[in-house]
Amino acid sequence: MSIQHDEMATQETSKRASGGRVPAQQQRSAVAAEPVLSLRGAAVRVGGRTLWSGVDLTVGAGEFTAVLGPNGVGKSTLVKVLLGVLPPAAGEVTVLGGAPGAHSAGVGYLPQRRNFDASVRIRGIDVVRLGLDGDKWGIPIPGLGRAERRAARERVAEVIELVGASEYAHRPIGQCSGGEQQRLLIAQALVRRPSVLLLDEPLDSLDLPNQSAIAALLGRICHQEGVSVVMVAHDVNPILHHLDRVVYLAEGGAMAGTPTEVITSETLTRLYRTPVEVLRTSDGRLVVVGQPEAPARHVDRHAATVAASAGGVTAGAAAGGDDRAAG
Amino acid sequence: MQLADVASPVFSWNLVADFQDMWSYAFMVNAFRAGLVVSVVCAVVGWFMVLRRQTFAGHTLSVAAFPGASLAVLAGFSTSLGYFGFCIAAALVIAALGRKGQGSGAEESAVTGTVQAFALACGFLFISLYKGLLEGPTALLFGSFLGITTSQVTVLAVVGAVVLAVLAVIGRPLLFASVDPQVAAGRGVPVRLLGTLFLVLLGAATAEASQITGTLLVFALMVIPAATAGQLTARPGLSLLLSVLLGLGVCWAGLIAAYYQPYPLGFFVTTFAFAGYVLALLLRLGREAWGRAHEGGQGRGHGGHGGHGHGPAALGAGGAA
Repeated sequence: MSIQHDEMATQETSKRASGGRVPAQQQRSAVAAEPVLSLRGAAVRVGGRTLWSGVDLTVGAGEFTAVLGPNGVGKSTLVKVLLGVLPPAAGEVTVLGGAPGAHSAGVGYLPQRRNFDASVRIRGIDVVRLGLDGDKWGIPIPGLGRAERRAARERVAEVIELVGASEYAHRPIGQCSGGEQQRLLIAQALVRRPSVLLLDEPLDSLDLPNQSAIAALLGRICHQEGVSVVMVAHDVNPILHHLDRVVYLAEGGAMAGTPTEVITSETLTRLYRTPVEVLRTSDGRLVVVGQPEAPARHVDRHAATVAASAGGVTAGAAAGGDDRAAG
Repeated sequence: MQLADVASPVFSWNLVADFQDMWSYAFMVNAFRAGLVVSVVCAVVGWFMVLRRQTFAGHTLSVAAFPGASLAVLAGFSTSLGYFGFCIAAALVIAALGRKGQGSGAEESAVTGTVQAFALACGFLFISLYKGLLEGPTALLFGSFLGITTSQVTVLAVVGAVVLAVLAVIGRPLLFASVDPQVAAGRGVPVRLLGTLFLVLLGAATAEASQITGTLLVFALMVIPAATAGQLTARPGLSLLLSVLLGLGVCWAGLIAAYYQPYPLGFFVTTFAFAGYVLALLLRLGREAWGRAHEGGQGRGHGGHGGHGHGPAALGAGGAA
């Protein structure tokens, strides 16, 4: 977790005592052990523009981290840096104790918005299997490696069972619903038993029941299987109850810590340099709104969502605030 | 030009005697050999082509065979060289130009269409310059299996073996890159390189098929078996095997039919393949309706039975014609 928040640790413990699920002790021991991911003063530059900088983040084993922030701030870029596809412009980034990309076998990745349309005539189980050995060259020689193939089949069946997709894994994936496809793709990302799972907006384009079901699945994978999950999201609420850590990215800066530390009016106001208010509904959902009287300059999907539902899309209001700050 | 004029054979239901009769002619033996090589290679390459949704690229490559062959006739060099040279060159052009539009299918199809128009225009020019036998263009466009020599069969077999060997090596990563390019790239699969390599293989396969079915009917052996197999099963291995069996089945059935009937080979091959596709489609729709009615998840493993039914069915139709 972010180093500068040490003095907040006690406060955090007391705050989490009410709704927190993971005991603080366990968190500390995870942090004390070798971190799975660590960023120190990391910054990234794309096309000569610095997207974000000064990101300090440490993720321990079995922790669930959300990457939040307005559109275009570089959330997906953070995932690319962790994958080793894009080098950081400054700072130090380690993944599983090495440079990003060095231990790619230990990293599962779920890219943004993949849909298989109805004409794709490949079964879900085949897509999962490709995640296991799709990058191997050559064809298996008949009669050889039978035990290996059986192990592969068993692993695929096991991971499909884990995500609860056994019922439709044998159907062509194009005929599965969005939520079913997402479960199969999560199984594909998990099939090699990665220590870290990087997901880019996995809840995007899912309906609300599916959002919470997938969020619960990810929470289970994270806390029961001990896989560290780092997930890009534009709405924190579906995953809020499962989260150990959030990273808010803003133009130029970033803030990392536990949800109770970071998703507060003070922190977000400081980060986005515009008045931001965090409200808590009776059922524990967080509503983040920018300055109420200031109209959003342009209506993007976030602003529209906020206006329509008043349901509080966390990053949405922040996006509006960010625009105003920039303008 | 039809075989019926040569031998006036009559089809008997004794298949052994029929094959003995047909195979007493060296050109028929060569035709069956070439058909075997071409249908197997095309079915395998075509299966990946259908999966990758590159049928338009495949069509363009087959059209590129037309100027290749007509230039070969005009300049007097081996038509095989013309077919392979032009198809592979066109594959490289499409790969090089289409690369800029990575991720946008529209860009690639525009490039492919441009290449296709130019290839056709060149072929037209070469044919006009040749001023030779009028049946030349027809043979190039619609195929001719009468003139296949033993050395041509050898060339087909060697190229086919190379294509299949390369596909065996790259098959699994190619499948991964076709189904799920982003994750495949994340796993270190060279997605772009595989795309280019596959286009070259596609060029070689269309060049092979063009020599049998002509440049306009290549799809009979490239697309239809793969599309039919796709209707019957979603298992990759089984689907690939089915499309090979279907391709071989319709090709040989077409040869048999064309031997006994005074109509062109390309017509028979395409008709059988088309009939198989329609049957498979009906079977799938029927099975889905049945599955919905019974709400049971069974019927999964039935793909194999349906598929095997079609090869013999097509052969039987050929015999009856």
